[in-house]
This record gives sequence, C-alpha cells and structure tokens, in this order.
Amino acid sequence: MALLSFERKYRVRGGTLLGGDLFDFWVGPFYVGFFGILTAFFGTLGTALIIYGAALGPTWNIWRISIAPPDLSYGLALAPMAEGGLWQIITICAIITFSSWALREVEICRKLGMGLHVPFAFSVAIFAYVTLVVIRPLLLGAWGHGFPYGIFSHLDWVSNVGYQYLHFHYNPAHMLAVTFFFTTTLALSLHGGLILSAANPGRKSGWTNELKEVKSPEYEDTFFRDTIGYSVGTLGIHRVGLLLALNAGFWSAVCIVISGPFWNEGWPQWWAWWLNLPIWS
Amino acid sequence: MNFALPMAAGAAALLGIASFIGVDWDMPPVESEQVGYRGTGMFVTKDAGEAAAARAANVVPESPWEPDPEGERASEVYENVQVLGHLSDDQFTQFMASITEWVSPEAGCEYCHNVENMASDEVYTKIVSRRMIQMNQAINVDWQAHVGNTGVTCYTCHRGNPVPKEVWYRDLEPKPASRGYRDGQNVAGVFSGNSSLPQNALEDYLLGNEEIRIHADTALPTGAQTATTKETEKTWALMMHMSESLNANCVTCHNSRAFNDWDQSPPQRVTAWYGIRMARQLNNDYMVGLTPVFPMDAQHRGPEGDVLKVGCNTCHNGVQKPLYGESMLGDYEDSLRKKVNTDVPDFSDYETPEAVVVE
Repeated sequence: MALLSFERKYRVRGGTLLGGDLFDFWVGPFYVGFFGILTAFFGTLGTALIIYGAALGPTWNIWRISIAPPDLSYGLALAPMAEGGLWQIITICAIITFSSWALREVEICRKLGMGLHVPFAFSVAIFAYVTLVVIRPLLLGAWGHGFPYGIFSHLDWVSNVGYQYLHFHYNPAHMLAVTFFFTTTLALSLHGGLILSAANPGRKSGWTNELKEVKSPEYEDTFFRDTIGYSVGTLGIHRVGLLLALNAGFWSAVCIVISGPFWNEGWPQWWAWWLNLPIWS
Repeated sequence: MNFALPMAAGAAALLGIASFIGVDWDMPPVESEQVGYRGTGMFVTKDAGEAAAARAANVVPESPWEPDPEGERASEVYENVQVLGHLSDDQFTQFMASITEWVSPEAGCEYCHNVENMASDEVYTKIVSRRMIQMNQAINVDWQAHVGNTGVTCYTCHRGNPVPKEVWYRDLEPKPASRGYRDGQNVAGVFSGNSSLPQNALEDYLLGNEEIRIHADTALPTGAQTATTKETEKTWALMMHMSESLNANCVTCHNSRAFNDWDQSPPQRVTAWYGIRMARQLNNDYMVGLTPVFPMDAQHRGPEGDVLKVGCNTCHNGVQKPLYGESMLGDYEDSLRKKVNTDVPDFSDYETPEAVVVE
C-alpha cells in the first residue's frame, strides 16, 4: 500500500472529457470517470452475453465455447439472438468497452499532464479489432465475415480465412505485420536484456557480497555502439519499440482488410506485378 | 558522400509504388458464398465484376441445327468412319459442323481433312480428333462421378482453339548436378499458381498415380507419418493448380482445421477426388499414347518434347462448374454419350509430322 499512499498526492481533480466532476473519483486504486462506468457496464454486459451464448451452445468446455456471427444470408441486417444476434450485440459491447477504456486512459493522461501515447497505442489495437469485425464485414456486405468469439473457433476461422486466399504467407501486408511482430519482440528482448545487465553488474568478487556499481546509460549506449556501431539511445529505444508495435497491429489490420474487399485471388498470384516488372519481362 | 542509404530508400519506394499500381486490385462489392457453418470462415469470395465477366465468357454455343436421328447410318454413307458410324447421316454432318465451330472455326474442315478425300487419314489432326472423340465418350460414360449428367463436349476444353489454351507440360528446370539446380522448386511455378512450390508436381498426381498421404492422424508426431515437408508442399502445388483452375479456394473442398478429414470436408471434395483420377487416366490413356502423332513444335509439345497434357483448367477454364454447369450434350447424346468403338490404335511407329510453322 505504500505505493498507493505515495500515489495519492497525484490524485488531482479535473481533466475529464465527459461527466465533469460527477464520476471524477477513485475506487480503491482505480480511477473511475464516466468512461470507467461505461467500460464496467458494457464489459459486464458483453461478458454476461457470452456466458448466455455459451449456455445456449453445446458445450461448457472453455476451449470450445464459441459465439459465432450470423450466416451470410443475413447480410448487414440484424440476426435472431441465437443465430448470430448475440455476436452482433457482443460486438457492440466490446467496441464500446474498448473505446471507453481508451478514453479513460485519456482522462488519466490529462489529469497527470502526460502525452496521449498510451491511449493512442491502445487505439491501434482497437482499430485492428474494428477492422476485423466491422470494416471488413461492411466492405464484404455481411456481418457473417466477422470472426467468432471462442478460443479454438477463432483460430479455425483464421486458418480458413487464410486458406480462402490459397497461401496467406504471400500477402505482402501479412509479411510486414509478421516482420513487425517479430522485430518488436527482438527489440523488447534486447532492451530488457540491456537494462537488466546495466542494473545487475554482479558482485565485486566471489568472496564478498559487495555489489558492483550499477552502470549508467552511457554504458548501455557504448554496448550497442561497440556491437552494431550505433545506439538509438535511452528515449529512442522506446520510440522504436512503439513504432514497431503499432506497425505490427496496423499492418495486421491492413493484411486482412485487403483480403476479400480488394483482392480475391490467391495471394501468390498477387506477385504477378513483380514477375511482370519491365526489368525482366 | 554515402549514397547507399538514399539509394536503398529510393529502390524501396519505387518497389512500393510498383506493387501498388502494378496490381489489378479488386474493389467491393464482393460475391461470397457460404460453404460451412457460420463463423468458421468457410467462404468462397469472388470479385463481383470479375464473376460477371467470367459468366459472360463461359456461355454454351448453340448447336447448328437439331439433327434427325433417323435415316441411313454414317458408316453406310461414308468411308472410314470408325467411331461415329452409328450416327445417322444428319447427326454425323451436324456433329462435323459443330466440331469445326468448337475446334477449328478459322481453318475449317481442312484443319483435319484432306478436302479432296475426306475419308483419308493423312492429316495427323484427324487421327488425334478421332482419339479425342473416344476420350470424350469415355468421360461422359465412365466418369459420371466427376462430370455428372452435365458431361463434356470438345468445346468444354477447346473453346474455338485448335489446341486448348489451358494445358500443362514438363516445365523446364535445371537438372541434378547442373548449375542452379534447385530440386524442382523455389521459382514462380507456372503450374503451381506462381508460388515457389514444386513446379512439376502435376506429373506426380495427374500423370503418375501418387496418393496424397501427407496428413498426420494424430495431434503429436508418433513416427507413423513419414512424409517430408517437400512431399507436403508438392501436394500443395497440386492444390494450387486445382484452385487456380476453378477460381476456387482451399475451403471449397476442405475445412482447413483438418484437411484430411472427409467428415469435415464439403462434398465438393469427393467430386475433386474423382477429377484427379479422371485427369490422370485421360493423360495416360489418351494424351501420352498420342505423343508420336503430334508435330515436334512449341504449339503441340512442352519444351522437353512431351505431349501437352490435361489439367483441371483444361475443362474448367477458371470456373468451378465448366460453362456454369450447363450441359451441351442434348444435341450430341448419340455422338458423345455412347461408347461404341473403344479400340486403341498403335501409334508407336507413326511418322511424326513436321513442325508446324507459326506465322
């Protein structure tokens, strides 16, 4: 609780986007705000509807519960609850919940006088989700193109949708997204390793418990200058990390939204432009 | 001055632009068909504009006239009528008029006949077409599991071309121990949908009788399944060919959560299973045997001299049901849905015609 009492002096009034002072309070460690109420309400409602959907379904096996979107025949209309209508309402709840959470982050940022980098980053994840369940289904003309809410079922969906385009690894945006995901983990592991190595320099000798002096950022920079000739720097690595991570989410959204609305053949065939470059064809 | 970085950035920008403007992107609306339970991603999607164009390009031609099945038999009226002798005179001439429109609308009768002596077999194409008529009959009678009652005619493949446009042959590749040898893969394969999958996989399945047995039956490896990655990729190359040929996708026939499981697969997979075997038989029993009859030129053979072969696209031409499932057989029941003479001529000492010069 020490941290909380320390935090208390930062609990300042104001900075809300909606609701004025009415919801400007904390519950325990959690800031509430108007968007906290929204998040809690729609998050609970959505979760309850998922449990209701599971009760209608054939299994309580946590891996196999699935709330599926409607048949394509419903197009962009509302479907009966047990035939995809639940999915539609849960999707609305999810989007409100995620967006409210992002706006609640904005309010906290405003209270603290910080930049909006965290809610912005979270918005990219929301954007990827909305691309999957709203933008792409709208472009394809049916809510049935959304993915089902289930642990195994959404993986089966990903697999089948990939194979709709014969070989998804040839999707150029998928290539970019995968590369950004891997590079994000590489960057984070290099950064984490570097910080831990500077903060844990070891003991002075095997015979004493006396610790060596923690190394400064200059050592960190020098490590990378010696290794790869360049250090992006203490602030820079976080810019790089955010850039990589947001690109991973952004290109994921691009790779799925172009599949169908803007490309209907196999992805290997997309590369005809390369084979047809006037350099060699 | 270090130019490496700006040069690399410039090249990347140029490639990015080329990849955007060089691609024939689709635009909504999209036609999608649901082929599985909702939410499983079992959809076949097609660009609506391209689908309409394909429908317009795959229209059944009209028969020149309705033939009279009565009257003298062709075998009594004409000489050297070996496989169509059971037709009436009118049916026979109606079929000859049709086949000219289907196969050689420009060259006309001369494409197969010496017009001075129509009975003569001196033009090699007449020998080929006789064998092809036998093949056509065999497909319609023996392969109903694949072609159903719709059946096929010469037009299904030829579409007004003397040599069907969509065929396959042994694709050139560096031979073992030669420079640049890459084990038949890692190049944009023309018969594997421009993927880098094995480029001559069709030989193993549509000529050879290799089975597709690469899927494990258990979640974890037990050692029972010994297929290699390359063998697996070879089957994928065949599947690329099938998908491209039908303008379909993998989920047309498979639920990708278990490609091997028939119970989870759409019924189209059964039709396709017969289709593989049908193409295999047509190549072995008809095309390969005809090899000596075809001129040794690029129009009639692959770069290594092998005969042009039947693939899925030969009939399908980019449509899941050729000609959208409309049967042409109504006017050709007697000519193309009856097997009368099934003799297989011996072409082994046939004198291969001279290369045809294309102008």
